[in-house]
Amino acid sequence: MIWLVGGILLTTLSGVPGLFFQRDSHGGERIACLLTLTGTACGLFAVATTLISGKDADLELPWAMPGGTLALHLDPIAATFLLPLFLIVATGVVYGLRYWPQHENPTNGRKLRLFYGLISGAMILLLSASNGILFLMGWEVMAIAGFFLITTEEHKEEVRRAGYIYLIATHAGTLALFALFALLSQASGALMFPVAHTLPTAGSTLIFLLGLFGFGMKAGLMPLHIWLPGAHAAAPSHASALLSGVMIKTGIYGLVRLTSLFAEIPAWWGWTLLLLGMISGIMGVALALAQHDIKRLLAYHSVENIGIIAIGLGLALLGRSYHLPELVALGLAGCLLHVINHGLFKSLLFLSAGSVIHAVGSREIDHFGGLLKRQPWTGALFLGGAVAISALPPFNGFISEWLIYLGAFQPLKHPASALGMAVLAAPALALIGGLALACFVKVFGVTFLGEPRSKAAAHAHEAPKAMIAPMALLLAACAWIGLLPTTLLPLLNGAIAGWSGTTGSAQLAGTFAPLGWVSLAGWLLLTLLIVTGFRLHRRSRKVPRDVATWGCGYRFPTSRMQYTASSFADSLVRQFNFGLWSKRHGGKVPGLFPPAAQFSSHTPDAVLDRVLFPAFRGTARLCRYLRARIQNGETACYLLYVVLTVIALMTFLTL
Amino acid sequence: MIGRLALSLISHLILLLLFAPLLQGVITKTKSIFGGRIGPPLLQPYYDLARLFRKEFIFSRTTTWVFLAGPVVGLVVPLLAALLIPFGGLPAPISFEGDLILFIYLFGLSRFFTAVAALDTGSSFEGMGAVREVTFSCLAEPTVLFALLVLARLSDGLSLNALLGPHLLDAWHSEAGASLGLILVCLFVVLLVENSRIPFDDPDTHLELTMIHEVMVLDHSGPALGMILYGAALKMMVLGALLVRLALPWQTGWWLSDALLFLGGLSGMAVLIGVVESTMARLLLPRVPQVLIGTSLLAVFALVLVLR
Repeated sequence: MIWLVGGILLTTLSGVPGLFFQRDSHGGERIACLLTLTGTACGLFAVATTLISGKDADLELPWAMPGGTLALHLDPIAATFLLPLFLIVATGVVYGLRYWPQHENPTNGRKLRLFYGLISGAMILLLSASNGILFLMGWEVMAIAGFFLITTEEHKEEVRRAGYIYLIATHAGTLALFALFALLSQASGALMFPVAHTLPTAGSTLIFLLGLFGFGMKAGLMPLHIWLPGAHAAAPSHASALLSGVMIKTGIYGLVRLTSLFAEIPAWWGWTLLLLGMISGIMGVALALAQHDIKRLLAYHSVENIGIIAIGLGLALLGRSYHLPELVALGLAGCLLHVINHGLFKSLLFLSAGSVIHAVGSREIDHFGGLLKRQPWTGALFLGGAVAISALPPFNGFISEWLIYLGAFQPLKHPASALGMAVLAAPALALIGGLALACFVKVFGVTFLGEPRSKAAAHAHEAPKAMIAPMALLLAACAWIGLLPTTLLPLLNGAIAGWSGTTGSAQLAGTFAPLGWVSLAGWLLLTLLIVTGFRLHRRSRKVPRDVATWGCGYRFPTSRMQYTASSFADSLVRQFNFGLWSKRHGGKVPGLFPPAAQFSSHTPDAVLDRVLFPAFRGTARLCRYLRARIQNGETACYLLYVVLTVIALMTFLTL
Repeated sequence: MIGRLALSLISHLILLLLFAPLLQGVITKTKSIFGGRIGPPLLQPYYDLARLFRKEFIFSRTTTWVFLAGPVVGLVVPLLAALLIPFGGLPAPISFEGDLILFIYLFGLSRFFTAVAALDTGSSFEGMGAVREVTFSCLAEPTVLFALLVLARLSDGLSLNALLGPHLLDAWHSEAGASLGLILVCLFVVLLVENSRIPFDDPDTHLELTMIHEVMVLDHSGPALGMILYGAALKMMVLGALLVRLALPWQTGWWLSDALLFLGGLSGMAVLIGVVESTMARLLLPRVPQVLIGTSLLAVFALVLVLR
């Protein structure tokens, strides 16, 4: 455990030495990188030794705070969240050396690194804390540091706006968590986390609802995702990777940890999470399809993937309510593995998107095009991430979704119970998968293929090796989980046993046995692809690429004739128009010889822009109206208020 | 054990690789007969493939290596998927709990790379094909899942071998027969969509604006085009195997008669496709999503019938 504490301290303080360096010197960023790498290595060592020993590690120190000791606790549940965190923090910090170098960003480079270290350390702390106050301290430091990461470029108005929305949302969530921990300490008698599976179900409704709001807000479950798209788009790319890959997962961690404390789970908890997960998944990916800012699009995919994770958790909760250990195992294994997987491929996608943005200088997908020729490595890595996030074999996204699918098929074995409706998760996942595939065909195709759509894209350059290597490491991790999923089974089994309180892992071994076959099929697919691809490549290697694309008779095609991000998604977005309400401007072609016309489409957020802002504006208008009526400046009226108040007080006292 | 696995692997692959292009020939022949023509010989698809594999490549200067990844994935995926599905009474060589999800997602992989390879040319026509392909398949996907849920409810396993086992014969005669009939119709519609047949797509049209699958592969030439056509033929046979097994669940236990029943069933399906193509006009493109949502609802109805 001493290694973990060392890791937390080193990571947290990694940005501090940089504050004492000159604004344009390299020293600070190198020291920060070194400290973070050492810190994550220490943490990784601590987690690895704990896992290998097979026993949970504990650390308890006396503390001046009331209600418990300073207690850290490492178990397989925490480890599943910590392992991707270490990898993503480490790759992000190396990537940041060239993506956000100090000498190019003298004003905000030091701030970015300070808060990058702070948020990483705070997340390690909260994931290993087993004291309510310590957890909330980590949570709050993470929330505030996240705000400063998002507002790195504070001179831009949209960045400040995204930052404030995030700040309001996250504090609304934290407020719920304060109440949650107060109730928990009432139920268990201390601020320490109670022993798993001991809390009674009585009085748990409010605890669950508060947890769902507080943790769901951080995780970005629809409709609590309002802060997420703007915030992820505004932050620098490696910070977005950290926020999207790791930070939102702390919300999932909170839900998993909270539900592990109760002895019995009411069925409606599982149904609620399942329903919210399906809504988040489908609406998240539909909104993503409609975007044309690459980082906003990736951010909406985080909402979608959180939805998939919530479907897995919902199935596991239902399994506990209905006492089906197989459903618990498959649901929770899918949920936790998708937490790891989403962390890996989403960071990979954000980093490679960052490399594109770095080269072209724009976030609009329609300004890219033809980049695979100019950025072959970035393009290939992005393609790997796109295949992984669309849950296609042989990458890791397929494994976790496969587990959740198998979980969704379980209720068919028990048709008599009310559980039957849970099978709807399977077609919902299929729809989500199909839409995600369409979306990533669009992003990859419009960004990297075809002809360049702008001058900047035509002159783009490949990212330096220091940016490519971290991405390659992440893709290798994705491929590893996809091809050798059985290597993670001990970790997942430990987490399932810790969460559900069952120790029948011998029975569960049969549930996961087909994973070996999936792995075999993955290897077979890879081998066949390589062999066929190699043969085709050998035969076509010498053919010159010197003719124009067949334009169906038209001889002078331009790059503007290619499908754009909006036109590609249009036919699908129309199918979902009942929930998206895209705004379309222009596009009408009048007459036989029309003049130049314009068309633009824009899809605002379904909850933030369509519900919350109008509601808040309406409330503000109502308050202004009432203020004008009540504070009308007439003395008689004010005297009337005094009299009314006195009468009200006297009636109140006599009653 | 190993010997039986190898035997079943080899028989599966031989059936698939040899018979698949013939289905295309049967469809064309049926359409010719309906049109009062003699039509090309039954074996024409084989001649076409042999000719294409001898030809040389032509590449647009816009394309990259992704352009060739499309044909490669398009050929490998049906080959691998064929090992997961029983061919009539011949059980699948590779079978495990949950292989049906792998089966569906493998075709997702091939769709991803076909569409991406189309976008690689930078042509607006091929982009149009890619849009339509991903749109329609993503609406067809829930239908397939609902149909599989019905099948999984009637069987006691989650592998395609168990789903399409001999119990189907009894299921047809039980109360679940109505559900099986409904999903048979739904899966036939999905088969037409996935293999780009009329009324959803016309593989023989000469107007690029109206195509879906064909327009995506406009720029492919020589062996790459041959791989695409062969891959499409394999895909039709693999998806057809699902349908044929569902419609003809008899099992004799003797290898040759099972294989003959299966091949007969496939030929019958090809004739049926030919009849549909000869007697129906193409749907308006905006109608296609409506039809697909309709089949999803039919499949939901079938699921409700068996869950009740």
